Amino acid sequence: MISDITIGQYYGGSSAVHRLDPRVKIILTTLFIVIIFLCKNFLSLAAMFVLTAASILISRVPFRMFFKSLKPILPIILLTAVLNIFYIKKGTVLWSFWIVTITTGGLATAFFMAVRIICLIMCSSLLTYTTTPTDLTDAIERLLSPLKVLHIQVHTLAMMMTLALRFIPTLIEEIERITNAQKARGADFESGGFLQRVKAMLPVLIPLFVSAFRRAYELSFAMTCRCYHGGEGRTRMKQMRVHAADFVALALFAVVMAGVIVLNHFFGKMI
Amino acid sequence: MTDPILETRNLTYTYAPKTANEVTAIREISVAIERGTLVGIIGHTGSGKSTLIEHFNGLKKATSGVVLLDGRDIWENKKEIRQVRFRVGVCFQYPEYQLFEETVYKDVAFGPKNMGLSEEEIDRRVREVLSFVGLEERYLELSPFDLSGGEKRRVAIAGIMAMEPQVLVLDEPCAGLDPKGRATVLAMIENYQKTTGSTVVVVSHSMEDIASIADRILVMNKAGLAFFGTVEEVFSHAEALVAMGLDIPQMTQLCLKLRARGFDLPETFYTVEQAHGAILACLKKEGTA
Repeated sequence: MISDITIGQYYGGSSAVHRLDPRVKIILTTLFIVIIFLCKNFLSLAAMFVLTAASILISRVPFRMFFKSLKPILPIILLTAVLNIFYIKKGTVLWSFWIVTITTGGLATAFFMAVRIICLIMCSSLLTYTTTPTDLTDAIERLLSPLKVLHIQVHTLAMMMTLALRFIPTLIEEIERITNAQKARGADFESGGFLQRVKAMLPVLIPLFVSAFRRAYELSFAMTCRCYHGGEGRTRMKQMRVHAADFVALALFAVVMAGVIVLNHFFGKMI
Repeated sequence: MTDPILETRNLTYTYAPKTANEVTAIREISVAIERGTLVGIIGHTGSGKSTLIEHFNGLKKATSGVVLLDGRDIWENKKEIRQVRFRVGVCFQYPEYQLFEETVYKDVAFGPKNMGLSEEEIDRRVREVLSFVGLEERYLELSPFDLSGGEKRRVAIAGIMAMEPQVLVLDEPCAGLDPKGRATVLAMIENYQKTTGSTVVVVSHSMEDIASIADRILVMNKAGLAFFGTVEEVFSHAEALVAMGLDIPQMTQLCLKLRARGFDLPETFYTVEQAHGAILACLKKEGTA
């Protein structure tokens, strides 16, 4: 149920993928997303699929974790696949009935799209599984730091993100606690129509907001007590350094990207 | 005198079964709580106290074993589980965080309203429980969020009492209160139990609090049942309790230390009054000898 949410879940380890510089990982993930949309035929897609599988194997994060993050997306994948099967009319007709026609082109596109989305999800899950939320926001802060020129408070944004991520599990726990307390008073969350159910959530939502505000005040006092004053002149305990491994990873991605462009060019466009 | 209102048989609950995080929170718990008694549940953090009481009103369903309310399995009819929750009122730790209504009146009335009672009956109950928790009528129209911590706690407890459950279960009702607040809440619970004659279960990790009000004590240790008996019986195992890392009442500690020094104290005492009598008797004996 609610504890199945995998966003921001970290799966500890010490693999090569875990040890990469978080900034590099973010750049690589972004690159990956760009490349996978550049793929035009099955060969280049296969190359990307191999790359995804290899990264997952190296990370030593078990496959079931990736199935878990795929599960909520499954309906979307199925929907795109089904739409493609029925709407694309290319190649030879395999089956036709009334207004429904299934073609080889349709099937191929459906498969292509499904693999593309799966790779996309796997790759972004790999980023969150192998990088702690703190490292992630730290890296985002640093990657965005050039925006300071435009007077955008990058540090504040990053701190807000860190705190938001930090409080997801706390709030989930809180929801469970309050839900139990209201159930003990006979609150009924399971029956009635939509409106009635929304109304039934009020006894949970109100205490949840009250306690969220209370926590926010307490946290801000605690931060003030420790002399927090924003990003100005703040130094870091953990310095991020780019190592040889990071360059290797970047180079590898550059090669795959070049390969995809070459494959696209020489083997024709399928999509 | 066996007329248990609430009974558990071989109750076992495992969190996240068949995964790496598998933890058995309670193991093979069989207890029978007699009608009209005040039972204290004591145990270390993580000993399974809270998991146990979540089974009493069916918020958790046991991995194995049953909970009997008035001799009937509470899960006999799944759809009736809400009725079970009205009959076994559970008030969780820090219940003030469940308050949500605009006024104290409406919040206390939430439970009775869910029971589908008439307006007059709800009104009677709200006013009655408010006097139990020692709050004046004028509180009824105040917002629960404007009250002090101790008052909020009492309003929240009143919200459970207003359902007039056959068994009232309170999880750490004194947690985070100052000594005066604790004494008020304990007196309130004792008074409620005496007046209504209902069964009350109080979870706490303070031996002192439990010893002063409970008829029987249930001691949990490492997910299992360690002792269940009258206050005297349980405190006669004082050494075992200390070994479990539970703090025993100061008077019992004194008793053990005096005994270790060779004083003849046949009965283990746990309140100041008992200590007074026992020590005087002991000194008198030594004086005459």
